[in-house]
Amino acid sequence: MTTPLTPPPRKDPQKRTVSPTQPPGMRSRASLGLSAAAAEGRFALQACAECGKVQYPPRDACSGCLSTDLPWRDVSPSGTLLAETTIRTSVNLYFRERAPWRTGSVQLDAGPVILCHVHNDCDRNGRVVIWNRLDRSGQAVLLAVPEERTPVMEDDPQLRAMTSDPKHRRALITDARNPNAPALAAALKQAGASMIFVAEAESWRPYPGRKALEGIGGIEFLQMDVTDTSSVQRMAGEYGGKTDILINNARFIRPGGALARGDVAFARDEMEVNYLGLLRLAQAFGPAMCGRAADGVNSAVAWVNILSAWSLSNNAEFGCFSASNAAAYSLSQNLRAEFRPSGLRVMNVFTGPTEDSWFQPVPPPKVTPQAIARSVIGGLRDGLEDVWCGDVAKDMHERFLQNPKILEREMTGGGQG
Amino acid sequence: MSRRQSYDGVVLVAPYSEPYQRYSIETAHWWIARALRGSLQSAGLKPGDLDGFSVASFTLFPDTAVGLTQHLGLCPRWLDHIPMGGASGVVALRRAARAVQAGDADIVACVAGDTNHIDSFRNMLSSFSRFAMDASYPYGYGGPNANFALLTDRYMQTYGATREDFGRICIAQRANALKNPGAVMKKPLSLDDYMAARPIADPIALFDCVMPCAGSEAFLVMTEDEAVKRNLPFARIAGAIERHNAFPDDPIQLRGGWVMDIDELYEQARTTPDTIDLLQTYDDYPVISMMQIEDLGFCAKGDAAAFVRAHDLTITGDFPHNTSGGQLSAGQAGAAGGFIGLVEAIRQVTGTAGPTQVADARRTMVSGFGMINYDRGVCSSAAIITSETA
Repeated sequence: MTTPLTPPPRKDPQKRTVSPTQPPGMRSRASLGLSAAAAEGRFALQACAECGKVQYPPRDACSGCLSTDLPWRDVSPSGTLLAETTIRTSVNLYFRERAPWRTGSVQLDAGPVILCHVHNDCDRNGRVVIWNRLDRSGQAVLLAVPEERTPVMEDDPQLRAMTSDPKHRRALITDARNPNAPALAAALKQAGASMIFVAEAESWRPYPGRKALEGIGGIEFLQMDVTDTSSVQRMAGEYGGKTDILINNARFIRPGGALARGDVAFARDEMEVNYLGLLRLAQAFGPAMCGRAADGVNSAVAWVNILSAWSLSNNAEFGCFSASNAAAYSLSQNLRAEFRPSGLRVMNVFTGPTEDSWFQPVPPPKVTPQAIARSVIGGLRDGLEDVWCGDVAKDMHERFLQNPKILEREMTGGGQG
Repeated sequence: MSRRQSYDGVVLVAPYSEPYQRYSIETAHWWIARALRGSLQSAGLKPGDLDGFSVASFTLFPDTAVGLTQHLGLCPRWLDHIPMGGASGVVALRRAARAVQAGDADIVACVAGDTNHIDSFRNMLSSFSRFAMDASYPYGYGGPNANFALLTDRYMQTYGATREDFGRICIAQRANALKNPGAVMKKPLSLDDYMAARPIADPIALFDCVMPCAGSEAFLVMTEDEAVKRNLPFARIAGAIERHNAFPDDPIQLRGGWVMDIDELYEQARTTPDTIDLLQTYDDYPVISMMQIEDLGFCAKGDAAAFVRAHDLTITGDFPHNTSGGQLSAGQAGAAGGFIGLVEAIRQVTGTAGPTQVADARRTMVSGFGMINYDRGVCSSAAIITSETA
């Protein structure tokens, strides 16, 4: 059974911080389909469109009939452990530092045999379920876990290396005034976060959420405004080295598109908060977090952006807000590229309209702060990159995957027939 | 299926092994040149006498056999490059023999060699195959050790073989290697040493693993008339087989491609397993040697553990096996590991093996196994090599 993680000791400032190393991240293009599925926490393999044969490792042509039509499909993740080994030495630095490492060979019910990581709670030759997860290189790997959940299985060192679990970690939430903040803070505490920092802008100005935040207990408030570079840099200097998870929930929103607004004043505010705010945070906190991505139990592990699902395709009612979110989404992709060498993960949580005054005229379904908090914690625990929170966001995602141009027509008023 | 033609009229001469080194600052080109020269000199030939050239190597990059012709000043009318690792020796022999039979070449040099720099094993692993890159390395990066650990684990579970049984193979080969001055391993190995060794990837421990090293091996293929004319001792090819990606639906590899072709091999050689005087298996791990002992017909499937318990595998034993020490004790010199058994077999049946010579060695089985493309060895090969008079 998994040994529960113990809280990390206080960091010794005289000791060298361990440099992040990476498991092998090279993959063929075909193999990236597995990473795309892992980014959303799904287990998918290629299944031949002509003969149905399920393939693994990923291929460019079917090993049954030579068809080149090999779409990715969710398949049964169940299987049986055929053989196993404990690797005690490796020429790869990442695994060398983490040995011993349990791996095995699993016969999937879906057909293929896979080599995979093996969770310590799996029985020898037992039945297992395969989880498709992103490792610290950001690429998909397969992990065999027991069919039934086991106590504190999330503390298994192999699994923990693939997730962004908040347990024993310190989290920073960027905008105390955002209605999500109390729900996020409460959920992090519930998930075992050891410290929760909440950034407040203009602390002298009262806001309704303050009481709720105080009620959670143990929250540390810091003075930081994402539109004020010097405050962001000051706080990064003080907290950057102890932020393991950063959750950027700062948002500026007003209705209206280009023509509905007479000027660029609100658009500038939206860009200041939603896009440049993220950029300032990344420039200030990013380097310190990247440097601590292998720093033991409470290593820096994830950067979370809460974005509008309209970052994928513009909603004309909130045209300029959507544009600022599209900019932030694009920047998040850039951060993925720049954080990649460290293993620090960028997770985007996309939401539809939220349950707050700005979306009062918008019909339901709407997303509650609690739902966002659940998505954030769930995504961190599963080590995801993309999370779709609420029915509107899920619907957008599905339509986007099917055909982005059709979605654009629907969103811009071309599809009401 | 069409009947296999015999290899009558074609012979193997001038076996040569360049003594192995654990690490080398030289290149694969250097090692290949050394073995080629050694083989040619022993046959009294000059490079210009060659008109066929076959190469197997992992560390020649960015060159291939083509670059080597210019580098080494060769002008062959027949050229081959064999990327089959442990199966490359027998495959090179098959192709070269047919070329000589057909008159496409008169004298073919088959050479395998690799260097081993401090970091070259790690570098080779990182670019070995696409399936390994996608689906094997990310899982602990144990290299072949981890793959064979899984096969060994399954083999032990299925057939009841024990670590002591694998140890018998390793210990016998170490005893053989101590008689081979070119072997990398120089110290005797006891069963206690074997059992107490540092674990590498359970159930595999240190002495189950080959030592990557630098080295090269070569032999020549020519007509029997040519060998007689030049007064060279020669070996005959009684039969030879190869097979690739056999039994893809076996969930884990407990048998190799030999099983598909072994009956034809004995038929082609007009012989049976009990007439074989010595066996040279591809021994990157002892479990693979056990698989070959079974799949080549020396015992029933699953009985190899009992077989090695019942036989003495040393040079003077009743079942001499990997007489030069094999890769487990002589070292694994990259693609030369696919030649080590074949070159030793030619020495044995031509009576030129010196300190490792088995008395009255007339028929040798040589088998090859290569390329862990993902979860198993894809290539298998085998040949029966006989003395001039067998």
